[in-house]
Amino acid sequence: MERVAVVDGAMTSFGEHWNLSLRELAVEAGRKAMKNAGVSPKDVDALFIGNMAGGYFNGQEHLASLIPRELHLAPKPSTRVESACASGGLAARMGYLSILAGAYDTVLCLGVEKMTDLPPENVTSGLAMAADGDWEAYFGVTFPALYAMLARRHMHEFGTTEEQMAAVAVKNHANGALNPHAQFRFPLTVEKVLKSTLVSDPLRLLNCSPISDGAAAVVISKESIAKKLTDTPVYIHGSGQGSDSIALHNRATLTTLEATVAAGKMAFKNAKLTPKDIDLVEVHDCFTIAELLAIEDLGFIEKGKAGPATEDGVTARDGKIPVNASGGLKAKGHPVGATGIAQIYEAMVQLRGEAGGRQVDGATRAMTHNVGGSGGTAIVNILGRD
Amino acid sequence: MRVASLWREKFGKYNLTGSKCAKCNKLHFPRTIFCDCGSTDIEDFTFSGKGKVYANTVVRVAPAGFGKDAPYAVAVVKLDEGPMITSQVVGTDPETIKIGDRVVMTFRKIIEDGKTGIIHYGYKFRVDNG
Repeated sequence: MERVAVVDGAMTSFGEHWNLSLRELAVEAGRKAMKNAGVSPKDVDALFIGNMAGGYFNGQEHLASLIPRELHLAPKPSTRVESACASGGLAARMGYLSILAGAYDTVLCLGVEKMTDLPPENVTSGLAMAADGDWEAYFGVTFPALYAMLARRHMHEFGTTEEQMAAVAVKNHANGALNPHAQFRFPLTVEKVLKSTLVSDPLRLLNCSPISDGAAAVVISKESIAKKLTDTPVYIHGSGQGSDSIALHNRATLTTLEATVAAGKMAFKNAKLTPKDIDLVEVHDCFTIAELLAIEDLGFIEKGKAGPATEDGVTARDGKIPVNASGGLKAKGHPVGATGIAQIYEAMVQLRGEAGGRQVDGATRAMTHNVGGSGGTAIVNILGRD
Repeated sequence: MRVASLWREKFGKYNLTGSKCAKCNKLHFPRTIFCDCGSTDIEDFTFSGKGKVYANTVVRVAPAGFGKDAPYAVAVVKLDEGPMITSQVVGTDPETIKIGDRVVMTFRKIIEDGKTGIIHYGYKFRVDNG
């Protein structure tokens, strides 16, 4: 079986793009990805689109028809997938699996979300649709509230502190300040995080990723084609996916996201690698607590120790296992459907040594970790230059 | 808005009625028709409404329709019979609620669909440390 590689990709900057629509964001990323990869629409066999809530945020469903026409890919197969904030990661995984299955040689995987057209309270309601509608959101539960309760359990069981969670935001902002695509390009201090307004106790505004617009796309091909298109293919060594109860209250534990554990194990097994083989990780830090959970659940840090490890610099760009060198969702921004693809784009840029000031020196293998909802879905990919 | 869905869920949301598997006795909330053990021999089970706070927070940035209630307390409550449930906790300063507090179910208004729309009711919990 031929391996599968990322040929190239592109992303829009993440932020408040008042002048750009859902379709324009998608076209911008998709067109640039094809251009960077040196392919024209006729070379692309299929399109996979990750988008969480075009219907709610933009009054637009059926992106599987809207976007291929704009990218001149019609009448080729086009599929929109949805798994909340993991929609982008899922689109990439579906594209990858379709090539492995022999259905296509080259596919374009694109993630897009346009979130700033609605007032913030409606965006909050829209995001809450990724929780259990009848048994969580019905009662006024928000996404920050769900992650706040995960934080409370982590604090209760392991003594994790607000300062340790703040350290995640400080680290990610330091990285994001060096990323030209990032929404927030300014440094933070622990004091500043701890003085920011409470959103859902104990999570404060600066523990939360922002509401963002943006798109990202990658062209992936089977190895023989990728090698013709680029001198720097980035291979997908493994991919994993896991699921769990959509509602927190139906889970066996609130200090582990079992979907992440399952997806991580699958990806590591698939790639025949272990955490010590990975040089950098892009994890789903929609809230600072989510990064702490992720690096534990993926096996990089012992359960319960992610807070102190972060404070000690273990996850800094020059640390033992650099986490979110891109700035993560926290600083780079989190246009939900685009995030999973943007993580793969960052991994590709890092592995090619093209990340400029935020480059992780000598990185040859990277992991991406994308979560849907409060942990109901997780997608993990392992990429490498070798 | 969603009239039928409100009607459909009334047993769970008004009475805290879930399910009990007649084969393995496992309790479920909300209702299920398919137990983990594989059984579909399921009967209704109404919970006592007593439990304790397993995890909690204070919602200060509310979704559409909940703004006038903010800040309000939300918790995952572990019912005495076993299952966990997510709810608001009312009747106490939201900031004073902590993990382990005893709570009891109370029937409350959740939200209104505007001035002329349907009123959504359901369970909330209140602290009852006895």
